[in-house]
Amino acid sequence: MSQTSTIDTQDSNPEGLTGFVKDWSADKQTYNVPWGKAMMWIFLVSDTFIFSCFLVGYMTVRISTAEPWPLATEVFALSFFGSEPIPLILIAIMTFVLITSSGTMALAVNYGYRRDRQKTVWLMVATAALGATFVGMQVFEWSKLIGYGVRPWGNPWGAPQFGSVFYMVTGFHGLHVSAGVIYLLVVARKVWRGDYEKKGYEIVEITGLYWHFVDLVWVFIFAFFYLL
Amino acid sequence: MAYVPLADQDDAHALHDPHSFVTKYVWSQDHKVIAIQYGAIAIFVGLIALGLSIIMRLQIGFPDTVSFIDPAFYYQAVTMHGMIMVIYLLTALFLGGFGNYLIPLMCGTRDMVFPFLNMLSVWFYLVSVIILLASFFIPGGPTGAGWTLYAPQSISHGTPGHEGGILLMLISLAVFIVAFTMGGLNYVTTILQARTRGLTLMRLPLSIWGIFTATVLGLFAFPALLVSAIMLALDLVLGTSFFMPAMMQLGEQTSYDGGSPILFQHLFWFFGHPEVYIVALPAFGLVSDVIATHARKNIFGYRMMVWAIIAIGGLSFMVWAHHMYVSGMNPYFGFFFATTTLIIAIPTALKVYNWVLTLWQGNLRLNTPMLFAIGFIFTFVHGGLTGLFLGNVIIDIPLADTYFVVAHFHMVMGVSPVLVLFAALYHWYPKVSGRMYNETMGKVHFWCTFLGTYAIYLPMHYLGFLGMPRRYFEMGNTDFVPASAQALNANITLAAIFVAVAQILFFVNIFWSLRNGEKAPGNPWGATSLEWQTPDTPPKHGNWGEELPTVYRWAYDYSVPGHKEDFIPQNEPGEEYEKTLHKSGGYS
Repeated sequence: MSQTSTIDTQDSNPEGLTGFVKDWSADKQTYNVPWGKAMMWIFLVSDTFIFSCFLVGYMTVRISTAEPWPLATEVFALSFFGSEPIPLILIAIMTFVLITSSGTMALAVNYGYRRDRQKTVWLMVATAALGATFVGMQVFEWSKLIGYGVRPWGNPWGAPQFGSVFYMVTGFHGLHVSAGVIYLLVVARKVWRGDYEKKGYEIVEITGLYWHFVDLVWVFIFAFFYLL
Repeated sequence: MAYVPLADQDDAHALHDPHSFVTKYVWSQDHKVIAIQYGAIAIFVGLIALGLSIIMRLQIGFPDTVSFIDPAFYYQAVTMHGMIMVIYLLTALFLGGFGNYLIPLMCGTRDMVFPFLNMLSVWFYLVSVIILLASFFIPGGPTGAGWTLYAPQSISHGTPGHEGGILLMLISLAVFIVAFTMGGLNYVTTILQARTRGLTLMRLPLSIWGIFTATVLGLFAFPALLVSAIMLALDLVLGTSFFMPAMMQLGEQTSYDGGSPILFQHLFWFFGHPEVYIVALPAFGLVSDVIATHARKNIFGYRMMVWAIIAIGGLSFMVWAHHMYVSGMNPYFGFFFATTTLIIAIPTALKVYNWVLTLWQGNLRLNTPMLFAIGFIFTFVHGGLTGLFLGNVIIDIPLADTYFVVAHFHMVMGVSPVLVLFAALYHWYPKVSGRMYNETMGKVHFWCTFLGTYAIYLPMHYLGFLGMPRRYFEMGNTDFVPASAQALNANITLAAIFVAVAQILFFVNIFWSLRNGEKAPGNPWGATSLEWQTPDTPPKHGNWGEELPTVYRWAYDYSVPGHKEDFIPQNEPGEEYEKTLHKSGGYS
């Protein structure tokens, strides 16, 4: 048998299991994607394990602690101009802002592939701005809670782990968002300069992968910390 | 948009050689230089760990004779020895050292996909080692909590190093994980996306399969360690109560309340058990290649070997709680984890059978790497069999925390990977340095190490059956341990010192041969895989000269009937022989 008979060199990419087997039995590369994109996917799976461990840790301490868990609806309520406190209003706005930023990011990816540099840059800057707004609101929320007397080692309402996991997990997620904002701005600047004219605009999509991941993680944090 | 694979890119042949000394040897982005940097740092800290083990053994073998070993220092030596050996030596040397060196060469590429990130990886690793070693020089010294760092004792008063050593340890681990992630992403992406023409996954040498699977395990397991390190550090610094229950300390109630110590153990071992295979799988891979090369036979059951590596990798995430049978978790958990633990013995045993069947009727060359590889089969079978004892809850409970456990894990994941490390270091030394090592000195080194380790660890099984507990500074009035155990302990200590001193032979050998060794030919072993087919030895920057190699066959065409030599390099064109038609040996 010669080399070509054992390695299928057809360019067609069949769907389903056949395509999967074909990808994995190919030479040169397994996935038909740039290195950076493959690497970002692998990194995100690894990062998923980090957040999963955080969330599993949170669930365990919440179950194992003997004291009552503070009520999310009361802790995370905000009153405007002396009105009745509205539960979860700030979180609702924060979540809306972050999900919106995913939309602008998706548009940026689209315009990147169309090689419309100007629109791509502006959409990426908008995404970064929305991300920064999110972090800003998170700082506001933290300052509110600190004002109520919530500390990592205790709080006025019950289990001390409430403050511990809250600051730890939202803080870790906030760091991810902040890093994403910097990442977005760096890539946006390079797009502006035209650094990717030769290489192509996969980098915008790679940045987008990270950004959507951070959003997705927020959905889980939102559900587990504020709704349950 | 279709993406052009590396091997088909126009500029795949462009080389940008570094010129200044600093870019060539210090801030180098060349995977071979990075591998040597990783290796040098890892072996350096490994020597410190070796020294610490001798300190431990001196206290156990000859209590109260060495004045500077107090209980605190003893526990610090135990802890730092374990942590350095498992993480900073074995993980770093197998993946950072051999992974970096072999992946681009065996995959027929010029370098890792992101060389800059790769360079950052080794420098972060150096920072983590410096932070770790810095804990020896702070008040209170390094942590003495045991390498598992179990909360609550690791951060409570009374444990040596609770003043700051534990914090430095946690920071060092976090930095190491960052370093590993940067390297690991590179290794996985390079293996998946940057192979040369004709190199399918099922033509890869088993070394690459082992390193690949271990790296994937690392990327999924280290997050658990990172999270537990962050939470433990918060418990220590901010006074949170993740792992800390309400408890008394120095006669006073602490401010901790309601944490879960078992959670730490679960998180730690969710990392800790895959970590065993992060160390073992690269060893499996490297030893397979060494055995096949020096037995002049194709590896027996290549496909099964690959699937066994993958199966072990998958199963290793489902067995972690077999380290926790005595922690007080639900007994049904113990049943489940005992079952999965025994299942993992199947692919592992399959690999051992295949190594032995590769040796069967082979044209064996008993040189130093081969001796170390065969020695590995012995120690690994030995340690594996005791693992069957400890995997069963009912046998584990009386044996837990005795020297039987110490003997088991040193045999299976201490001595065995280290023997493979030596096999691999000798095997690839001619390629890395361009010189041959001294064969006689190597063989003496092997016999001293191999017999010495048996002199150390065989008696420990017996001590374990006597019930002698591990990690004890002194035995005290324990009636069930007879006085003769002390004589045995003294002998073990003497054997340990002998083995430690014998390692000088290794260092003399590699440094002496660097200048005075015979010049190595490009392919001294007659090996098939790509790293032996480079145009230069040691390979120059860019590895392959003008043209990337093309692969036409798998990595194990040894002793093919009718061929002019007893091996066919992977990049030699021509007929691909049916793997099933190989006669076992006989043709020399």
